[in-house]
Amino acid sequence: MEITLTHYLVLSTLLFAIGLIGVMRRKNLLMLFFATEILLNSVNIGMAAISHYRGDYTGQMFAFFIIAIAASEVAVGLGLLIVWYKRTGKIDLDQMTSMRG
Amino acid sequence: MEVYLYIALFAPLVGSLFAALFGATPKTYITGIVTSGLLFTSFVSSAILLSYVMSGHTVHVELMTWMATGDLYIPFGFVVDQVSVTMMMVVTIVSTVVHVYSIGYMDHDKGFNRFFSYLSAFVFSMMVLVMSDNFAGLFIGWEGVGLCSWLLIGFWYHKESATWAANEAFIMNRIADLAMLIGIFMMYWNLGSLQYDVVFANIGNLPMHIITWIGIFLFIGAMGKSAQFPLHTWLADAMEGPTPVSALIHAATMVTAGVYLVIRANPIYDLIPEVGYFIASLGAFVAMFAATMALVNRDMKRIIAYSTLSQLGYMFVAAGLGAYWVALFHLMAHAFFKALLFLGAGNVMHAMSDELDPVKMGGLYKAMKGTAILMILASVALAGIWPLAGFFSKDKILEVAFSSEHYILWGTLWITAGLTAFYSFRLIMLAFFGEERYKNFGFHPHEAYPYMLIAMSPLAVLAVIAGWFEHDFIRLVTTLLPGYEFHTHHVEAILIAVTSLIALTGIISAILMYKKGPLDTKWENNICYKILINQYFIPKIYDEVFSKPYLKLSKLAWKEIDLKIVDATVDGIANMIYQTGEKTHTMQNGNLSSMLRWMVIGLVVLLVLAVAFTAGYNAVNLQAM
Repeated sequence: MEITLTHYLVLSTLLFAIGLIGVMRRKNLLMLFFATEILLNSVNIGMAAISHYRGDYTGQMFAFFIIAIAASEVAVGLGLLIVWYKRTGKIDLDQMTSMRG
Repeated sequence: MEVYLYIALFAPLVGSLFAALFGATPKTYITGIVTSGLLFTSFVSSAILLSYVMSGHTVHVELMTWMATGDLYIPFGFVVDQVSVTMMMVVTIVSTVVHVYSIGYMDHDKGFNRFFSYLSAFVFSMMVLVMSDNFAGLFIGWEGVGLCSWLLIGFWYHKESATWAANEAFIMNRIADLAMLIGIFMMYWNLGSLQYDVVFANIGNLPMHIITWIGIFLFIGAMGKSAQFPLHTWLADAMEGPTPVSALIHAATMVTAGVYLVIRANPIYDLIPEVGYFIASLGAFVAMFAATMALVNRDMKRIIAYSTLSQLGYMFVAAGLGAYWVALFHLMAHAFFKALLFLGAGNVMHAMSDELDPVKMGGLYKAMKGTAILMILASVALAGIWPLAGFFSKDKILEVAFSSEHYILWGTLWITAGLTAFYSFRLIMLAFFGEERYKNFGFHPHEAYPYMLIAMSPLAVLAVIAGWFEHDFIRLVTTLLPGYEFHTHHVEAILIAVTSLIALTGIISAILMYKKGPLDTKWENNICYKILINQYFIPKIYDEVFSKPYLKLSKLAWKEIDLKIVDATVDGIANMIYQTGEKTHTMQNGNLSSMLRWMVIGLVVLLVLAVAFTAGYNAVNLQAM
C-alpha cells in the first residue's frame, strides 16, 4: 500500500489530538512540555507532508524553523521549571495560582 | 492713502486690546484716554479719506487672503468709497464723542476698563462691517457688532434683567442672521463670488425668482439688526445696557447697519421693486407703530429707543422706494441727534440716581441747564424743524413717498412726524419743565461733568448743521448710488409747509398738555393706553406663543428624550460591559490548567468560525458566478 498525503494528515491530526488532550488533562508541568512538543511536531508533519505534495519547499523550511524555536523554548521552559522546583519542591500545575484575578 | 485706511480701521482694535490688558485691574483713566485718543486718530484718518474721496477717488485694498479653497476665494478686502466713507465718518464721530463722554459716565463703575475694551471692539467691528468690499467681510463685521452688543447690553451682568435683555437681543439677531447667511450662500452659489463689484455686475443675469429670494433673505437679516417688526422687541429691552452704549450702538451705528446693507445692495433691490415696496411699507408701519408706543411710555430711554425704531422705519421707506441717498442722509442726521438725545438722557439718569421715569422728574431745567438745552436741541432736530438736520432729511423722505405716488405711505409718515414731535416734547416737558416733582421723591439732581457736556457739543453742532450740506452730500454719494428723480417740484413748498405744520402742532400740543405736569391717572384706564403701554401686547404674545411652548418642549425633550432614550442607551452600554465583567471574572481563577482549557475552547471556536465563514463566502461567490 502506498503511503499518501492522507495518511500523513491523519497521523498529524491524531498526534495533534493527543497533544491537545495532554495539554488539557495533565497536571505535571513536565508532562505539559511533552504534550506541547507533540502538538508542535504534529504541525511539522503536516507542513512537511503538504510541502512535499505540492513540490514547494516553504513548508519544510517552516518545519525547520519550528524545530529550532521549539528547542529554544524547551530550553528556557526547563530552566524556569528547575528554578520553580528548587523554590517550592513541586511541579504541580494546580498549585501555581499566583495569577488569580 | 492706504495707510490712512489701515489707521482708521485698526486704531479702534489697538485701543480695545490695550484696554483689555487692564481688564482685571482696578479703574484707571489711561484706558479711557488711550481708547478715546485712538478713536480720534481713526476719525482724523476717516476725515482725510473723506477729502480724498470727495476729490473723486476711491481706495481699495486687499489686506491678505482669508479663504482660498477650490473656486472659493475670499480676501480680507477693504474699500473706501462714497458710501463707506460716509458711514466711517458717522461711526468715528459718534464713537469718539461717546468714548470721551463715557470717561465721565462710567466714572464710578467697577468695570471701567472692561467697558472701554468692549466699546472699542464694537467700533472695530462696525468699521469692518462698513469698509468690507465683500459680503463675507460684511457678515463678519455684522456678527462682531452683534457680539459686542451682547457684551455691552449685558455689561452689568449681575442684573438679571440685563442678561435677559442681552440674550434676547442676541437670539433675535441670530434668527435674522441665519436668513442673511442663506442670502449670502445663494449669492455665492449662483454667482461664484461675494465681492460687491462682481455680484452687482452679474446679478442682473440671474432668473428673477432667485434675485427676489436673495433680496428677501438679505432684508430679513437687515430686519433683525435694525429691529424692524416683528423682530423689534429686543431694541427696547436693550436699554438695560449703560446709556453710552445705547447712544452708540442702539441709536447711531449698529441698528443702522440694516439700512446700510440695503443701501449697499442697491443694485439688487433696484431689480426687485416689489420687495422694495414691501420694505417701504414695513418701514412706514414700523415708523407709526413705534411712535405710538413712545407716546405713553414712562421710561426715558425706552421712549428714545422707540423713537429710534420709528426713525429706522423712515430710513427703510426711503431705501425701499429706491431713494438710497435719502436713506443714507437720514441715517447720518439721525445718528447725530439721536446720540445726542441719548447722552442727554444719560446725564439726567445720573442726576436722578438712575431714575428713568420722567413723571418723577419735572423742572430739572434749573438744575441742569446745559443738558436741557442740548436735549431740546436734539428733540427739535428729531421733530424736523427748520433749519435743523432732521428737517432736511425727514422732509426728503416724505417727499420721496409723495413723489413715487405712495400716498398711503406718505400719510402714515406725515402723521408719524406729528407723533414724533409730540412724544419728544412730552419727554422734554415732563423732565425739564413744570413743577419740581423730584423733590417729593428725595432726589438731588446735579449737572454732569463739564467735559461731558463739551464732548456732546460736536454732536449738537452737527445736529444743527448736518442738513445744510445736503447738496454736497448728494454730489458725493450719487457718484456711487443711483440718483432719485423727484416729480414734486410744483408742490414742494406745500409739502414742506404741511410737514412743518404737523411737527409744530405736535410740539405745541405737547407743550400745552404737559405744561402743568403729567396728565391725570384716569387716562390709564383707557383701552388705548393699555394697549400702548403694553407695547401692543407683543412681548406677551411672544412669551405665550414662542417662549412658553419652547420651554415646555425643552422640558419634554429633557425628561422624555434625553433622560429616557439618550442617557438610558449610554448607561445601558456601560452597565452591560460592567455586568459582563462581573460575571466572567471568575474565569480568572489563577489555575493554569483551566486557563489552558479556555485557550483550547477559544481556539476551537475560532477554527469553527473560520471554517464556517470560508464555507459561507465560497457558497455566495459560487452562486454569483
